[in-house]
Amino acid sequence: MTTTDNPPVQEIGRDRRRKEDRRLITGRTRWTDNQAITGLLHISIVRSPFAHAEIKGIDTSAAKQVPGVVGVYTAADIGADAVQLPCAWPITKDMKSPQRPALAGSRVNFAGEGVAVVVARSAAIAKDAAELVEVDYDELEPVLDMEAALADGATLVHPELGTNENAQWVFDSGEAGSGGSAAEAIAAAEKADDQVVVRRRFRQQRLVPVFMEPRSTVVDPTGEQLTMWSATQVPHILKTMLALTLGLPEHKLRVIAPDVGGGFGGKIAVAPEEVVTLLVAQKLGKPVKWTETRSESLLTAHHGRDQIQDLAVAVTKDGQIKALDVKLLADMGAYLGLVGPGVPILGAFMFNAIYKIPAYRFDCRNVFTTKTLTDAYRGAGRPEATFGIERMMDEVAVELGMEPMELRKKNWISHEEFPFTTVSTLTYDTGNYEAATEQAMTMFDYDGLRREQQQRRQRGDVKQLGIGISTFTEMCGLAPSRVLGSLDYGAGGWETSSIRMLPTGKVECVVGTSGHGQGHETAFSQIVADKLGVGFDDVEILHGDTQSSYRGLDTYGSRSLAVGGIAIVKAAEKVVEKARPIAAHMLEASEDDLEFTAGKFSVKGTDKGVGIADVALAVFAAHDMPEGVEPDIDAHATFDPENFSYPHGTHLCAVEVDTETGFVQLYKYVCVDDVGTVINPLIVEGQVHGGLAQGIAQALFEEAAYDESGTLLSGTLVDYTLPSAADLISFDTANTTTPSTTNPLGVKGVGEAGTIASTPAVVNAVLDAVRQYGVSDIDMPTTPYRVWTAINSAKGTSGRGDEADVASPGAGLGSTASDISKGDTQGGHL
Amino acid sequence: MARIRTTVDGLVYEDDVEPRMLLVQYLRERLGKTGTVIGCDTSNCGACTVHLDGLSVKSCSVLAVQANGSEVLTVEGLERDGQLHPVQQAFHDNHALQCGYCTPGMIMQSIDLLGDNPDPSEQEVREGIEGNLCRCTGYQNIVRAVQDAAQKMKPGAHASTSSSAAAPVAGGGA
Ligand code: FES
Ligand code: FES
Repeated sequence: MTTTDNPPVQEIGRDRRRKEDRRLITGRTRWTDNQAITGLLHISIVRSPFAHAEIKGIDTSAAKQVPGVVGVYTAADIGADAVQLPCAWPITKDMKSPQRPALAGSRVNFAGEGVAVVVARSAAIAKDAAELVEVDYDELEPVLDMEAALADGATLVHPELGTNENAQWVFDSGEAGSGGSAAEAIAAAEKADDQVVVRRRFRQQRLVPVFMEPRSTVVDPTGEQLTMWSATQVPHILKTMLALTLGLPEHKLRVIAPDVGGGFGGKIAVAPEEVVTLLVAQKLGKPVKWTETRSESLLTAHHGRDQIQDLAVAVTKDGQIKALDVKLLADMGAYLGLVGPGVPILGAFMFNAIYKIPAYRFDCRNVFTTKTLTDAYRGAGRPEATFGIERMMDEVAVELGMEPMELRKKNWISHEEFPFTTVSTLTYDTGNYEAATEQAMTMFDYDGLRREQQQRRQRGDVKQLGIGISTFTEMCGLAPSRVLGSLDYGAGGWETSSIRMLPTGKVECVVGTSGHGQGHETAFSQIVADKLGVGFDDVEILHGDTQSSYRGLDTYGSRSLAVGGIAIVKAAEKVVEKARPIAAHMLEASEDDLEFTAGKFSVKGTDKGVGIADVALAVFAAHDMPEGVEPDIDAHATFDPENFSYPHGTHLCAVEVDTETGFVQLYKYVCVDDVGTVINPLIVEGQVHGGLAQGIAQALFEEAAYDESGTLLSGTLVDYTLPSAADLISFDTANTTTPSTTNPLGVKGVGEAGTIASTPAVVNAVLDAVRQYGVSDIDMPTTPYRVWTAINSAKGTSGRGDEADVASPGAGLGSTASDISKGDTQGGHL
Repeated sequence: MARIRTTVDGLVYEDDVEPRMLLVQYLRERLGKTGTVIGCDTSNCGACTVHLDGLSVKSCSVLAVQANGSEVLTVEGLERDGQLHPVQQAFHDNHALQCGYCTPGMIMQSIDLLGDNPDPSEQEVREGIEGNLCRCTGYQNIVRAVQDAAQKMKPGAHASTSSSAAAPVAGGGA
């Protein structure tokens, strides 16, 4: 029924199978590491085994003797020590920023930092020879604990900065005029009889993004333009930053992101290895490849999260939140990544979440340690904030003896109140938390599961049920340039698209986003097909090559559709407007009498018409143009969003906790997300599934742990435990739709939602299962050992024994609420 | 150097290889079979999964010399006369891939799984692909795809894939 000749039914909203699949399922892929160029050389990087050390000397002589080795270079040999890798987000005017070299010259600041590079005929030879490079180190004391790092007399990661504090960033709604003073509200609550202050400390553990394709870079310096292929999310940013950082003429650079195997924020970088590959290629005048091993990737590609959160909520005893105070310590690691210091700051706007909080303070101190640097990882700042507030909502519910969903309902913005300007100054355009929640609770059978939970408690089952909630929103579609400017970010947040109308009626759509698994070629084709009335298969999406797509800000922050997709709409509108006078001329009609529908200009009230493809061909011939009209209907547009987009949703998780082993088994997971208008439901569902898996993995499985000497303990996939299919269950997902009013498609971002929402739902569920034994918190990941220990030490100390207090409403959550006392309540922490 | 003779995706190859060369390196670097990829260095991820004499193996944990005299089937050898293998088709139909990096290994492992168990339950699929990591999909659509393929391949899933793998095709070394 669908032929390319007859543009069919509306494409937007269809569950189109993906265009990009064919090459990926047949192995006809173009990963960077697949590049084979005649004369290609390979590099291996010599890395420090120490977290903090002076480099006393490097002996490269043995490595140089190995047959097939072309060169062995220290940082100074290729100028890598003088490079200052860029940080694009100086969050405060006086932010402390260490020099971040491409290879360390005199001091290493984290285990895994590169100190030398071996160039050889093959990767295997380079790797062998790298083992022969002798580096003489003088070990320094590592800096591993954020609080200790900020104490007086602490060892300094970078002595030249005089401190381990990168910056302190504060938002106070009292000062901003967007609300009251949180400090005053909390002080007042402490004195009031009808209020309590709940304080908790949460740990956001360090994670690794673990994109499945290890990073890889090939640089070919032999052409007129130096060409870099890289497994990156940000070819455009990389190109501009390389030009700025290395003083290269930007027009002599071309960056290509070919097939890229996942990123999740982990490939938003100007990586030292990319620069080293380039420097070596330039020095030798030969094409050079670097491909990391997985262990190298875990050790040196940037990590994410890693915060200590001290939260305080003032709340009336009947559940009205009066104030929220947030104090964060955020571990930057040894250096600042491209947007690293700004990541926790994104959370500043999200701790207040979907709630009407009258007074709010956010205070974040970024800290240097001798660990791998942290930067964006799926959600970037917003999962941390969502975890903090959604865990806190459950804690408050426990303290008040309230049903946790009732507490949320009492405080959230109701659907009549949109647009709503929050205490952190964002204006949420649309949303309907009631609708998403109602649907989720029905799908979940919330009441039924609460009953089952009750029964298991009464029976004293070994496997206890826990139920966790997360009602989240997030800000995405990064970002309005004016907002980025106000946050001192080093670039804008617009996106660009160009549409080229080919003479045969086919369409090339060039985009500035750079997909790496999201299905852009499919979703964007659907948009173009609808807007121009051409066939889905007649559209080619061009991306990821700065030669075809010279202008763009790439893919992260759930921006590709909400910002990039709108640029496509704008470009398509311009195509139609450019084609209109030509169509009128062809039809010998007045422009005013033309209407454009389904790919055709027709004269209103007649059956006369020409298709957009006819106009493209007429323009190609250009034999008969209207007076003064250029023979060209191609168009280019840039869209700068006026606001973020605010997807939201309700996630409900049930877990079974084996009280004898501490093992947590997912039992049921339901989420209803509102991501606005859906272009392709198949892709949306896939994004949610993948996002959930990563958020759940933070709750249950993953942690990048260091030992006391600063060595990464989880440096292989044996120790950094990604979930396998057997660790997860099938999720029940659904959507409600309140279209965004700030963009013409009504879309909101979806790429990060699942990750942002799911972590607190799971941890809340785990705690809900074991609070009956007196457990008040368990650090993530909630491994069997931690859960077992928590149960047993709580049983040992609380004297509550196995017999749960099951009479209260909300079961587990109510069960420890019998002794709300006046004033502060401090949660125990394991 | 050791001399090996293998059949890969129906073509016969003879090569001298270093004894330490891994099968995955041989496929990628010597034969240009870059459809098979490397995702780890500890045999955990399964991205490199191929069939060796009809059974799935992680080609990063097999030496090239161990494949001497054997038949290797990679994701690149699954299509028949331009027709996708039912498991490839099911991955497409069920949106079982996003970035696609795990996909070649997932598909090869899934075919092997269906050979052993032509009608697996959800849990059996989950356990059968446990050695293959995917960071994008949360596995749900992969599980769906494998079960969908199982339905479409009935009966005799294993027979059809192994016979196609074994179909001898004459060809010189590369
Ligand atoms: S590459 Fe990871 S298992 Fe083979
Ligand atoms: S689709 Fe990306 S790792 Fe599986």
